[in-house]
Amino acid sequence: MNRTIITVVGKDTVGIIAAVCTYLAEHNINILDISQTIVQEFFNMMMIVDISKYEGKFDEMAEQLRLIGDEKGVQVKCQREDIFDKMHRI
Amino acid sequence: MINISEVIETNKMIEHENLDVRTITMGISLLDCSSDNVQVTCNNIYNKITRLASNLVQTGEDIAHEFGIPIVNKRISVTPISLVGAASCRTPYDYVQIAQTLDVVAREVGVNFIGGYSAVVSKGMTASDELLIRSIPDALAQTERICASVNVGSTKTGINMDAVRLMGDIVKQTAVKTADRDSLGCAKLVVLCNAPDDNPFMAGAFHGVSEADAIINVGVSGPGVVKYALEQIPDANFEVLCETIKKTAFKITRVGQLVAQEASARLGVPFGIIDLSLAPTPAIGDSVADILECIGLERAGAPGTTAALAMLNDQVKKGGVMASSYVGGLSGAFIPVSEDQGMIDAVNAGALNIEKLEAMTCVCSVGLDMIAIPGTTSATTIAGIIADESAIGMVNQKTTAVRIIPVIGKTVGDVVEFGGLLGYAPIMPVNGFDCSTFVNRGGRIPAPIHSFKN
Repeated sequence: MNRTIITVVGKDTVGIIAAVCTYLAEHNINILDISQTIVQEFFNMMMIVDISKYEGKFDEMAEQLRLIGDEKGVQVKCQREDIFDKMHRI
Repeated sequence: MINISEVIETNKMIEHENLDVRTITMGISLLDCSSDNVQVTCNNIYNKITRLASNLVQTGEDIAHEFGIPIVNKRISVTPISLVGAASCRTPYDYVQIAQTLDVVAREVGVNFIGGYSAVVSKGMTASDELLIRSIPDALAQTERICASVNVGSTKTGINMDAVRLMGDIVKQTAVKTADRDSLGCAKLVVLCNAPDDNPFMAGAFHGVSEADAIINVGVSGPGVVKYALEQIPDANFEVLCETIKKTAFKITRVGQLVAQEASARLGVPFGIIDLSLAPTPAIGDSVADILECIGLERAGAPGTTAALAMLNDQVKKGGVMASSYVGGLSGAFIPVSEDQGMIDAVNAGALNIEKLEAMTCVCSVGLDMIAIPGTTSATTIAGIIADESAIGMVNQKTTAVRIIPVIGKTVGDVVEFGGLLGYAPIMPVNGFDCSTFVNRGGRIPAPIHSFKN
């Protein structure tokens, strides 16, 4: 399993999750978990996804998702899960 | 499983608190590049560095993208060049040719600095050590990316006062030769005592002879993250304060450890060490002085500063050591002046002077760092400052260093702008009383009694 964290931060608008999920489905990326919260009036969503069946490059996926975010006026980031695991787990 | 608040916390550190990995530094041994001909030596150096480091910058950028953490610098450190050039260099100019080769290869592989234009002369100087040292002013004036360092003492050997005296001259000459750039050459020249073999931070980085053929060392940073964490607990007692610093240092260092392991695996070069230093930048909020203010000082330099810094330094180490398998390099809070906005403000407010900075260097890494002084300061006074710092390092069994810039044509009240990560600095006054008889005596200061442990 090759786990990546996708975060979406910005003003809540219709269709953010749908747009991201459509991209993921089209590229064979499986969603393992979704959670969301509002911090200081900003919509924060986190997805844990498995990219082991995704055949493209990490950079391409990150760039495509960033563009989808730009269209919706939100910031979308992709990061490998290891950075969070390392920082928050002993 | 990772939860959303942990993800938000990490990304807030990166986006708002200047968390970054300060440097991935590839250490490369050049011992096998030595030959009895300067041109052949230069070719060997060029080929070896190109072979090992051509993917360094791209790998660093790939890792930065995938983990979403900025990796500010990708750098190279090499075997002290006085050793590599010993068989072929007959004049200081021969060494300058090696410096130019290093500069070219640094530019081609895309690193912003290459360290190791160095000599280790803590007990005595060989002829080639002295040639290299005498070539430093020209080497720094004629290159862009070279960093030079000279180790003039250690706890085991004492202080080589001949080298200290010479380095006073060399710092001054470097300032003169780069006077058209506000003596910028001196910002890339550091005089050390107890220099570590595995330091990833410039300008004092070199790849010591105790190291493997090639190695990946990583320097982490994060003064802004520590500052933010302390701002959340303004009234806490020392126990809570220390606990908070330790936890924060742990988190910062774990990121460095991850990046180091990843870089090591992708480049096929063994992982060496993580350097736990808190390294400030001129960016607002990315300041060690700001942390000291958060701890409760009106300005860095106020009474209590040395104690606060000692505590900060110790907690950073305690938190960081558990986060990495191998810790090394300098590993402590840096207190440069020009690279830290809070320090600059403290100097401008009259709270901080060179003598207080010297006291602070007793309890943290590294030494008098990036301090601009009047261009009229004599070579013997600079040597006296180097001797003082070396004595602190020698007696306290720690690394100390001097990177001061006598800015030609400027004096107290002026400001010098170095640009980029090197920042800007007000010219600080230096004690004007003479020490030339002391530094001109010649010879060595013996090793301190507590170094005899066998």
